[in-house]
Amino acid sequence: MTLIVKTITRLTVGLILLYGIYIVLHGHLTPGGGFPGGVIIALSFIHLMLAFGKDTALKRLNQLRASILESLGAIMFLGIAISGFLGGYFFLNFIKRGEAFNLFSAGIIPLCNIAICFKVGAGLFLIFVALVVLSNSQEK
Amino acid sequence: MSIYFLCLVLLSIGVYCILRKRNLIKIVIGLGIIEYAVNLFFILVGYRMYGRAPILARSEEILNMVDPLVQALVLTAIVIGLATTALIVAIAIRIYEKYGTFDITKINKLKG
Amino acid sequence: MLPLFVAIPLAAAFIISLIGKRYQRAGDVLANLSSLVLLALSFFAFLSLNSHSSNILVYKVGGWIPPIGICMVLDGLTSFMLITINLVSCLVTIYSISYMEKYTSKYRFYSLFMLMLAGMNGVIITGDMFNLFVFLEIASIASYALVAFGTESDELEASFKYAIMGSVASSFILLGIALLYSYTSSLNMADISAVLAVKGDSNIVGFISVLFLMGFGLKAAIMPFHAWLPDAHPSAPAPISAMLSGIFIKTLGIYALLRIFFNVLGVSSTLLFLLIILGIISMSAGAFLAVGQRDIKRMLAYSSISQIGYIIFAVGIGTPLAIFGGLFHLINHAIFKSLLFLNSGAIEYSTKTRDLDQMGGLGKHLPLTGYTSLVGSTSISGIPPLSGFWSKLIIIVAAIQAKYVGFAVIAVLISILTLAYYLKLQRKAFFGELNKRWEKIKEVPLSMRLSMVILSVLCIIAGLILIPGLRGFIQQAVDVILVGKQYAGIVLGAVQ
Repeated sequence: MTLIVKTITRLTVGLILLYGIYIVLHGHLTPGGGFPGGVIIALSFIHLMLAFGKDTALKRLNQLRASILESLGAIMFLGIAISGFLGGYFFLNFIKRGEAFNLFSAGIIPLCNIAICFKVGAGLFLIFVALVVLSNSQEK
Repeated sequence: MSIYFLCLVLLSIGVYCILRKRNLIKIVIGLGIIEYAVNLFFILVGYRMYGRAPILARSEEILNMVDPLVQALVLTAIVIGLATTALIVAIAIRIYEKYGTFDITKINKLKG
Repeated sequence: MLPLFVAIPLAAAFIISLIGKRYQRAGDVLANLSSLVLLALSFFAFLSLNSHSSNILVYKVGGWIPPIGICMVLDGLTSFMLITINLVSCLVTIYSISYMEKYTSKYRFYSLFMLMLAGMNGVIITGDMFNLFVFLEIASIASYALVAFGTESDELEASFKYAIMGSVASSFILLGIALLYSYTSSLNMADISAVLAVKGDSNIVGFISVLFLMGFGLKAAIMPFHAWLPDAHPSAPAPISAMLSGIFIKTLGIYALLRIFFNVLGVSSTLLFLLIILGIISMSAGAFLAVGQRDIKRMLAYSSISQIGYIIFAVGIGTPLAIFGGLFHLINHAIFKSLLFLNSGAIEYSTKTRDLDQMGGLGKHLPLTGYTSLVGSTSISGIPPLSGFWSKLIIIVAAIQAKYVGFAVIAVLISILTLAYYLKLQRKAFFGELNKRWEKIKEVPLSMRLSMVILSVLCIIAGLILIPGLRGFIQQAVDVILVGKQYAGIVLGAVQ
């Protein structure tokens, strides 16, 4: 990739990651939530891969760690759902609700958003890496 | 009324793509168009006259809003469509590795 | 207790995908353990349903009261399907301990398998339309990946065809759900049928019925929509073929059709007649196409289409005896078709081929496989006193009682044709001269033998369900179907 693309990438990748985290954390207040935030976080890593090549991106987040992160996200979501059994029902909102429009409110919804963000972000990144590795191994 | 009819036109374009195109990737694109058409129709079902976006903010009163349930359902449907598309594209790349072509008239080992 | 049916396989799937690469045995242990636990839970659910007075259990997910929230409903039809599915999948996981050794990354197989099981259990127990769609998609996507598991060229081609057609069918189902939501503005199944009873039928309900028939008919491989099945079932690994053909097309196709048409939308006599016609076409075309096949699993796949035709024909007749026969044939077919596919997997494990013309006389070296295959083949052809005979007899008697004598004659003729091609399968594969290539093959490993023997024993004794004491197992499912649209009142009344 040319010098212009590499410079702009170096400047904006961190901001894209930060924007994705903002969308995830404010999922119960503004539109967004776990899935779009996870996609944007995955996009920041894919942006790094497109501009600098596969090895730079894999040095930041290699395949083993992404795979573990994905499974951890899924197990966290299921754990939150099962721990609703403590309150009596599966998937019950058992944490205190708080008052509306605050950042720490709405019970289990922010925790679920974070779990989904891990799973979707790591999953999309792994899909992209798998497709790139496949096409690389086929060209040889 | 014409908006719903345009959704039907989009659906039929997608079905035409799946039926008549010979390249594997064009078939996958046709599938994507069908999914977009159905999602679009689903959201248009939720429209209410003079409604606005269903977001509660701290300082505004509640006026009439469009239906928010439909938007949550379509979000789920978009995620499902993404997962299916990713899987089918991975299968298509592997088919290219094995058969050497993307043409479906040449990928016909299973017959009978 | 109801959400555990979905939570346990999901937990097993995610944990296996986390630790499966490091500890190779973790996949085996966790998958088999969770399917055994699910089997025990489904028997417990059946017993607790019988001891409950009103025969229905409603679970509010998250504490939200339906129709605002999602509810999970356990009634007669649900517990019947739960026992069928968990029984067959428990035996298939035992089988795949040894069979999947020849594929790399066995833990991914178990992870996808548990996802498919979670999806199927979710389809059965949910009481909400969009939740049904989500679990349907989970199970379908897992099955697309499982059909392509070995990544040989014909597996990939079959999986591509199956995935495209399955996704189009799911889009049609989603379109039907969108139209239903726009007409009744509710997504809960009981609430939809209550609203439809008040609002009355209009043309759009007919259109929605056709959309659902197309969508779920493709998942159930009814005749005009069957084209993916003869490619997908042979190419998949043998335990997946058994799962797909044995329970997947019944859960996602036939159970969803029964639930939606009888309990939510309401049947009319034209719809029932259409089901009879589709059933007859599936029966005949499946049997005729199966006669000329040389590949074992392709013949078994066409035979699946034929037997599903029997079930749809029985459901279309609509009398209580016919629906009893149809559901009895459903559980019978789950047992013996899985047994036959597991047998074909055992043959393929030993001889590495599926072509009938190259086999011969395998009965000397694979005695257990031969005996169980004989039991399965005679049961599916309807030889007394095995289980298939009773269910086919009930269907034919019900057809004659409902004055469809011509269709009953066709059903008898197709049954004779079924006997013909299964006898051909048995003769060519197991009896006859031993081919020189197969001198050195041995019997298949223990876990495969165990599941095949258990399934064949079930085949023999399943006819005993007709004893009046045990008949209640299927009769409660029939009662739920016949109750029809009053299902709404029962479910909404049982919500505390």
